[in-house]
Amino acid sequence: MRENLHRFFRAARGAGVHVSPAESIDAMRAVGQVGLTDRAILRDTLLLTLAKSQDEKLALGDCFDLFFSPPEPPQDQAEANDNDNDEASQNSDQSPSASSASEAGGGQPQEGLGPLAQMLLSQDRNAIQAAIASASGAASLSDIRYSTQRGIFSSRILDAMGLQRLRDDLDELTATNPALAERLRGALDALREAVRDTVSQGLALYAREEAENLRNEILRNAPLARIERRQVAEMRALIRQIARRLRERYSKPRKRQRRGHLDVRRTLRRNAAWGGVPFLTAWKRKHRDRPKIVALCDVSGSVAQVSDFFLLLIHSLHEVVDDVRSFAFSSHLIEVSEILEKKSPEEAMAEIMSKVGFGSSDYGSSLVDFEHDFMSALTPQTTVIVLGDARSNNLDPRADILRRVSERSKRLVWLNPEGRLAWGFGDSEMPRYATFCSVVRQCATAQQLERAVSDIVATYQ
Amino acid sequence: MAEQKASTAIEAVESGLAAQGYIASRQIATAVYLSQQIEKPILVEGPAGVGKTELAKAIAAWRGKKMIRLQCYEGLDEAKALYEWKYAKQLLYTQILKDKLGEVLGGAQTLHAALDQLHDFGDVFFSKEFVEPRPLLQALEQPGGCVLLIDEIDKSDAEFESLLLEILSDFQVTIPELGTVSAITPPTVILTSNSERDLGDALKRRCLHLHIGFPEQRLEERIVESRVPGISQTLRRQMVGFIHEIRSLDLKKLPSVSETIDWARVLVLLQASELDTEIVKDTLNVLLKYEADIEAASPQITTFIAKATRSNVFG
Repeated sequence: MRENLHRFFRAARGAGVHVSPAESIDAMRAVGQVGLTDRAILRDTLLLTLAKSQDEKLALGDCFDLFFSPPEPPQDQAEANDNDNDEASQNSDQSPSASSASEAGGGQPQEGLGPLAQMLLSQDRNAIQAAIASASGAASLSDIRYSTQRGIFSSRILDAMGLQRLRDDLDELTATNPALAERLRGALDALREAVRDTVSQGLALYAREEAENLRNEILRNAPLARIERRQVAEMRALIRQIARRLRERYSKPRKRQRRGHLDVRRTLRRNAAWGGVPFLTAWKRKHRDRPKIVALCDVSGSVAQVSDFFLLLIHSLHEVVDDVRSFAFSSHLIEVSEILEKKSPEEAMAEIMSKVGFGSSDYGSSLVDFEHDFMSALTPQTTVIVLGDARSNNLDPRADILRRVSERSKRLVWLNPEGRLAWGFGDSEMPRYATFCSVVRQCATAQQLERAVSDIVATYQ
Repeated sequence: MAEQKASTAIEAVESGLAAQGYIASRQIATAVYLSQQIEKPILVEGPAGVGKTELAKAIAAWRGKKMIRLQCYEGLDEAKALYEWKYAKQLLYTQILKDKLGEVLGGAQTLHAALDQLHDFGDVFFSKEFVEPRPLLQALEQPGGCVLLIDEIDKSDAEFESLLLEILSDFQVTIPELGTVSAITPPTVILTSNSERDLGDALKRRCLHLHIGFPEQRLEERIVESRVPGISQTLRRQMVGFIHEIRSLDLKKLPSVSETIDWARVLVLLQASELDTEIVKDTLNVLLKYEADIEAASPQITTFIAKATRSNVFG
């Protein structure tokens, strides 16, 4: 049963519940207290010790139901079968061992048949279930990772159960006893089906985490513009994960590093009442650049797919950095800081897109809007980030405004979802803009996006 | 054998809590039982008003132990939660003992010798005498054990969470000047959270994680029965059914168990025998705390009452 619990922990990890060794020890201790017979109590116990949030509880509950759904074979019988099968598969013993003969005794004992054939013919469902269970243990079904491995695991399990011997028996029987051979063949088909079900269940239990990691890895490096509709939700989750990581990495140290060395003068003044005995200390605060970021995000039709993610990232930027002002534009430009701060990502994005989204882009007039209304937002400490493809539909790009923006700010970073090769071709004004930028980067995948933003935020630490 | 004991023990927890007027679901009872057996704190999450704090009170009353409550808030720190030095007392003592000090130090010939003698005094002044225990330290010092309720931990800062870790895992706390204070009897620790902020993994790791949601209809009826004894069975069923319908709406704040109990009391006071549109309209503000919510729910009242009464017939 210990083994079984360990397998369950692995399955739980597959379901996305983080089970650390320490937690599994706790769970073991708790299970030791309540025992295993009462399934409902066992379920509650595992949920209480392993899951750390309501979502995890739901996932773990499902996992539990899936894991413990097959009727569990009586322990000793399963072990007996285990031995049988080992013998059968290892030295392909010709004569059936004593224990399996007695097991098959329920049906019609057939002289000269292998243990598997005997078992199938006897139609002892419990014994077959137990044999499948122990054979999947022998084939280490819990190592299954991808759906493509289904076939190989099925055949491994069948081999472990002694399929080879069964085939020999079938050949023999076809000649001597066709009717029985027919029955055996039918039973074998049923067995194959049962094994296939077991493998599918194993896949559902153990493979989720790996599959998810793989999918995430692919998503991370996939061009944002070419994400399919059904992947968008996953991509959003991934970007939110990135945002959270950024937040964790950058929000804490800022707090910690604020305290500098002792402020002697203030300390003495504060403690005058105690005759200068320093009960209360006063500390100098380290001077730190206040992060100021101004983000300009293109939400026009040509980058519609990508701007979704850009906005999501700016949204998370608002959580990491105190002083961010965001603007969105396609043919004209508006400030969206408030929307991003007050609303959830989905609501904010919907509102922004409905206000300025999907138009044909006009960088020139958007820059005019910015210079006219918001130039005062820029100070020598500001980092300006522009997210866009710099395709201005052959309208005047007004690079002169960008020059002034660059002159007024500390840095100007341009993140372009297009590859370098495309810059300057067609209506792309990238080369002209690039002259005034401190940094120009391609930013087409989630990974590049993460690195770019991480670099920007890191300069303030 | 152990299994048999466990399920009866869990039932014992259930009935013990029920005797204090706390109707616990089986999962809650299991959590309480386990926290006792493997000595782990329980972290209780769930919406406001489902009985997270009540659970701690019920456990304390059931076990006949003192309950020590630490209400968390932003800016809560070591000095307010754990212990503080009684600076004023230390100062006062120094003043009073000045002469004594002179005597003691008078014997010293050199500055060095005087300093050595002073060192001994340092230990006197940083002793237990001058420590003001705050809730956490108090909880550790209870000789018979106690129930420590750390309420709304999500309202405190992340730093405070780290402070708790030592107490939660080992039931001890280290005071630099004194050394480590271990619990005489490990307290039963209940932490509550409304999930306003995500708690750290380290904290969650140390606790059993219990989520109390809105109770099922039957359970809620039993809760009302135990809390508001005067209410008739028909009315109880109807009102709980009605509240379950209300919870299916998309409201700013869903009514929770404490609102159910309040409402039941109000209805008893008004001597209602069953729900009707009039009485529900008049008392809806007991259930719903936002004007917008009341407006959203009002048009549905008649349908909900009908549903609640119908399910009553079949239930």
